[in-house]
Amino acid sequence: MAAHIQPAGVADKGIVGETAAPPPVRRRRKLGSGIEIAVLTILAIVMLFPVLWMLETALKDTKDIYAVPAKVITGWTPTLEHVKNVFSSNSPVFSGFKNSVIVATASTIIATVLGVPAAWAYSRFAIKAKKDQLFFILSTRFMPPVVVVIPVFLMFRDLRLLDTLQGLILVYAAFNLPFTIWMMKGFIDEVPAEYEEAAMLDGYSRFEAFWRFTMPLLIPGIAATAVFALIFSWNEFVFSIFLITDPDTRTAPSAIAGLIGGTTINWGLVAASAMIFAIPVLIFAFLVRRHLVAGVTLGAVRR
Amino acid sequence: MAQVLVQRLHKQFPDGTVAVEELDLEIGDGELFVMLGPSGCGKTTTLRCIAGLEEETSGQIVIGDEVVSGLKPSQRDIAMVFQFYALYPHLSVRDNMAFPLRAAKMPENEVTERVNEAARMLQLEQYLTRKPSKLSGGEQQRVALGRAMVRHPKAFLMDEPLTNLDAELRADMRAELKHVQQRLNSTMVYVTHDQVEAMALGDRIAIMNKGNLEQLGAPMEVYNRPATLFAARFIGSPPMNLVEAEVSNGHLTAAGGLQIAAPEGLKRGDKVIAGVRPERFTVSAEGEGARGRVVSREALGDETIYVVETEAGLLNVRMPPTARFAEEQIVSVRHVGAPPPAYDPQSEQVISK
Repeated sequence: MAAHIQPAGVADKGIVGETAAPPPVRRRRKLGSGIEIAVLTILAIVMLFPVLWMLETALKDTKDIYAVPAKVITGWTPTLEHVKNVFSSNSPVFSGFKNSVIVATASTIIATVLGVPAAWAYSRFAIKAKKDQLFFILSTRFMPPVVVVIPVFLMFRDLRLLDTLQGLILVYAAFNLPFTIWMMKGFIDEVPAEYEEAAMLDGYSRFEAFWRFTMPLLIPGIAATAVFALIFSWNEFVFSIFLITDPDTRTAPSAIAGLIGGTTINWGLVAASAMIFAIPVLIFAFLVRRHLVAGVTLGAVRR
Repeated sequence: MAQVLVQRLHKQFPDGTVAVEELDLEIGDGELFVMLGPSGCGKTTTLRCIAGLEEETSGQIVIGDEVVSGLKPSQRDIAMVFQFYALYPHLSVRDNMAFPLRAAKMPENEVTERVNEAARMLQLEQYLTRKPSKLSGGEQQRVALGRAMVRHPKAFLMDEPLTNLDAELRADMRAELKHVQQRLNSTMVYVTHDQVEAMALGDRIAIMNKGNLEQLGAPMEVYNRPATLFAARFIGSPPMNLVEAEVSNGHLTAAGGLQIAAPEGLKRGDKVIAGVRPERFTVSAEGEGARGRVVSREALGDETIYVVETEAGLLNVRMPPTARFAEEQIVSVRHVGAPPPAYDPQSEQVISK
């Protein structure tokens, strides 16, 4: 049967539920008791301290960083010296940032270009063993990626993909694809197939119908999905450090990690690099925060 | 307009589900043909096969004089109206209705003419500049109908088009739909699970169950003489009383002394199931008939439905509002009027003449 026919009884229950009792009104919570405020303040300090400390270190002069006792809030003048060093052409992290942008963008594009049509097919067509296939796709994400790092390393060695951005792009696209398919299938399921069917009856081919009518409605979903993929690729550390040893093709996470381990550690540069590294993720996470929460509560409420 | 033929249609989905076993339908030119059945009976799949949205596993579809199997939906010259109206949200009512014509590259002045004609017929003139989201459900459904009408297609396919409307509006739209169909003299294939809708609209009704045709006939024919027990249970509200009875002395005798006029074509001693409509029973306080206890009464204003527990089972009885019996009252139920159809308990097919 077509999917749009509502199973018997579902609608009735909804109506009964609505009329029998009004939905509970959510009480506007006030930040009431002193204890509550105290606990939340302590939690906030604990959570934010590393971030603030990192920000402060990034802006301090090197001699202020090493000062004992530590100059915590006052007694030092901010400097953008370290931030400048991050972007200087001979800095080891600058090329890392460039590579990260290339890898994250390319792998996200590949995952999206492959994942959206796949999700559409899974959403719209009767496919043999569809559930099993979807489960298989999801199951590739069940294990921690680090489990396969050695097999991938060996394969890449034979394929001469070690130390190349292409190799990393492939791995990240492969990791992002299942996620893209699943998330996009959710978005496509919500766009009624009738739009496409009506357009097909009106004279468009199946693909045109998808492209002209479903696609525009999917743009927000694609954007959200792509941002998730982008954040994953941007943050990925394990594969980056295992598969790439050449400083020229290292991505930012491993390049920043590489700053630590010499005889002297330039903490200012480390902190500034980490701050700059975190900014895109913060921005993107802010953009898709609604979907982050939706992901957590997915399936909890039947609409 | 054209006739639609469904010939030996069989549809199996890739996951192995058989939606349609084998179906032959002959839908006449200008006929309003209703396919009726519960969810999963194959009615929507059949419609989608006619539309070309599903490809038949075997068999063929003929529209007009042309075998359309294998043709794309757009090449079949048919229009479809969906349960969910599928209006394009970013287009105004006018553009929505003009859409199929513009897609077919029709000259703009003719497009305007046809859209205006359909809008006039459906009383949509004042809404032409609005977006679908600013319309009520009934208006949206009229726009969807208009979008189908402007094309002057060979046939209209309606997939539960009124299901999403509330009850009052549904009755209005039903009348309007029938009116438009008659005025255009169009061939219309209408899928619904609502037997009232089927009775009200259909020139003929095809009752389907589990991918098979149970019965095909005019509404009153289907109502008076359901061909199978399934059709008997499906048509009519409250449903037909199915009473186990034995043929004796020109009567069907059921448990508790309930006597029902015997139809022709039965042998003495046959055990059958008699299908008695609620209006063919009558309740009286005293007198002949099966004694029973009133277990519920629904006063609907123009009629009252009693459920009476007798030895022959729970019987639904439709009575005029003048009859007054209380719940728990002991009453007599007897059969009046023409003999009911009788069914074979094993084959579930009608066996009386």
